[in-house]
Amino acid sequence: MTDRKVILSVKDLVVKFKLRGKVLTAIREASLDLYEGESLAIVGESGSGKTVLTKTFMGLLDANGWIDSGSIIYNNQDLAKFRTEDDWVKIRGKHIAMVFQDPMTSLNPLKTIGKQVQEAVELHQGLKKDKAKNAVLEILNDVGISDPEKRYNQYPHEFSGGMRQRVVIAIAIACRPKILICDEPTTALDVTIQAQILGLLKALKKKYNLTTIYITHDLGVVANVADRIAVMYAGDIIEIGTSEEVFYNPQHPYTWALLSSLPQLGVKGEPLHSIKGTPPNLFLEIKGDAFAPRNPKALKIDFIEKPPYFTVSPTHKAKTWLLDPRAPKVEPPESIKKLRQQWRVENV
Amino acid sequence: MSNNEREILLEVKNLRVEFGKKKRDRFVAVDGVSFHIYKGETFGLVGESGSGKTTIGRAIMRLVEVADGEIYFKGKKISGKIDKELDKELTRKIQMIFQDPMSSLNERAKVDYIVSEGLYNLKNYKTEEERRQKVEKAMLDVGLLPEFLSRFPHEFSGGQRQRIGVARALVMEPELIIADEPISALDVSIRAQVLNLLSELQKKKGLTYLFIAHDLSVVRFITDRLAVIHKGKIVELAETEKIFRNPLHPYTRALLSAIPIPDPRAEKNKVLEIYDPSIHDYSNNPPKWVEIEEGHFVLGNDKELEEYKKILERS
Repeated sequence: MTDRKVILSVKDLVVKFKLRGKVLTAIREASLDLYEGESLAIVGESGSGKTVLTKTFMGLLDANGWIDSGSIIYNNQDLAKFRTEDDWVKIRGKHIAMVFQDPMTSLNPLKTIGKQVQEAVELHQGLKKDKAKNAVLEILNDVGISDPEKRYNQYPHEFSGGMRQRVVIAIAIACRPKILICDEPTTALDVTIQAQILGLLKALKKKYNLTTIYITHDLGVVANVADRIAVMYAGDIIEIGTSEEVFYNPQHPYTWALLSSLPQLGVKGEPLHSIKGTPPNLFLEIKGDAFAPRNPKALKIDFIEKPPYFTVSPTHKAKTWLLDPRAPKVEPPESIKKLRQQWRVENV
Repeated sequence: MSNNEREILLEVKNLRVEFGKKKRDRFVAVDGVSFHIYKGETFGLVGESGSGKTTIGRAIMRLVEVADGEIYFKGKKISGKIDKELDKELTRKIQMIFQDPMSSLNERAKVDYIVSEGLYNLKNYKTEEERRQKVEKAMLDVGLLPEFLSRFPHEFSGGQRQRIGVARALVMEPELIIADEPISALDVSIRAQVLNLLSELQKKKGLTYLFIAHDLSVVRFITDRLAVIHKGKIVELAETEKIFRNPLHPYTRALLSAIPIPDPRAEKNKVLEIYDPSIHDYSNNPPKWVEIEEGHFVLGNDKELEEYKKILERS
């Protein structure tokens, strides 16, 4: 994977927000390389910074937020240095597009579906009138909306949740982006619809050669779609690896906790593994490993010094002192051991 | 214990709920639904949005009118007109936990009032001292400090707020708790805390739960028996593990196949089943609600039931 082309590179990014007179650090020196054509999942709880991180790629931070330091290199330009809307307009949609969580609120209720998709087609593909309309019909067909001729003239309220999400995806695709960011694309949808939308996104990725980023809090959802998984906690990526590495051989105690708190891995009748406490207060400076206060097996050094990345394999690294050769051996929870075993058996 | 000997706490018989007053815009949300819940068990009601699962919960809470059918609680009919005494008893004994702890707590009231509101309404305490004790005990039961009583909801995290929601139900000393998607609005790490709390309380207090959810992985973990509901009709009902082992109705199969598995290899080999209601040919052979194996009910016509039996024999 190392020989693959990096399409977007984030280095030591720090994002801050001013809130009620106080300064909150939402992203704390996060670094990330996105490879062309891959599908990366960013997983984390609310407030971990997963959405903020991706919003910086499109200049969509709220007015009270700013990039404090670090760089975001895309196409030999540093997006972190962009200041004006004119700069961003060249990137948004055409290069990087986004699918939002809630299809109920991300469409304009007063415009027909066709017009909303056509807007994007006219703006980004430069097509006019009939040609534009034909392109719209083709895209609607691509995203699995049957009878596009009729649907073209309908309004969002005539669509179900799953269908609306397909329209939102159609608008994003109509811009012909290189990178598609999907922010919790299926959270607001029913399970069966969720599976269909994930299938659709996978198919579109192939057809349009997209690089996709999925943002989600649910590890269960990403096993299907992700080539690589980045786990975020308190504004930093604490573990990143291929999907198999993160699921079968997780290293960071937080990743352990996230995985073992999934009910799919629980044993009926026994308590489910749960994470005590709450995420750290981002208004305060965080010392050491941000997860340490919630980790009952934390080491002393976890409270003193922030761990660097330790390499597990060429594609897998994690920020935890447990990987330091001097660290004592700490046993992961039972369910994680089971996952590991499964992996070893199949890798022999 | 065989099912015949177990005490039935709640029984729903041929329940039908309609919305819309005029005939032409009448919508049948729940149609001919029957099930019962044993004392001390967790009964799951699973379906997609619009399937009518919440409406069933609300009908049991007596928040919506029943168009047809009956609901019995401990053998007493609780649907339709009931006397004041029973009304008061039910208000106490059947409690509800809501989905979104961000919107189900009164922002302007202190936790003390939120948890006590049911007590105030029913006046089932003798002295102020007794009320305070009850409220403090409920707080401790859900793992919150009694000091929190003087705070407002916005001072709490999502998980803590949901605990307040649970405390508000517990303070009434209920027998049946209807939990409507109690964890879907919570973060993954917090979900486990709330699920554990619910199971722990059930063990300690012998509570019975009606657990309404759309997330089958959660339902599998927490429920003993399970009913799958589609467009207002229950299509399959059995012990949870039986349903997961041998899902019979095509809708149940579609639902199960859509559960995300936290395992990349299994997930990549997964075959997604899509439910198409038009596969049922009910024109001259209407479906029946049949017990196909012990405790396992399914909706189907004669031809479908034959096939379901074959599936069971093969397994």
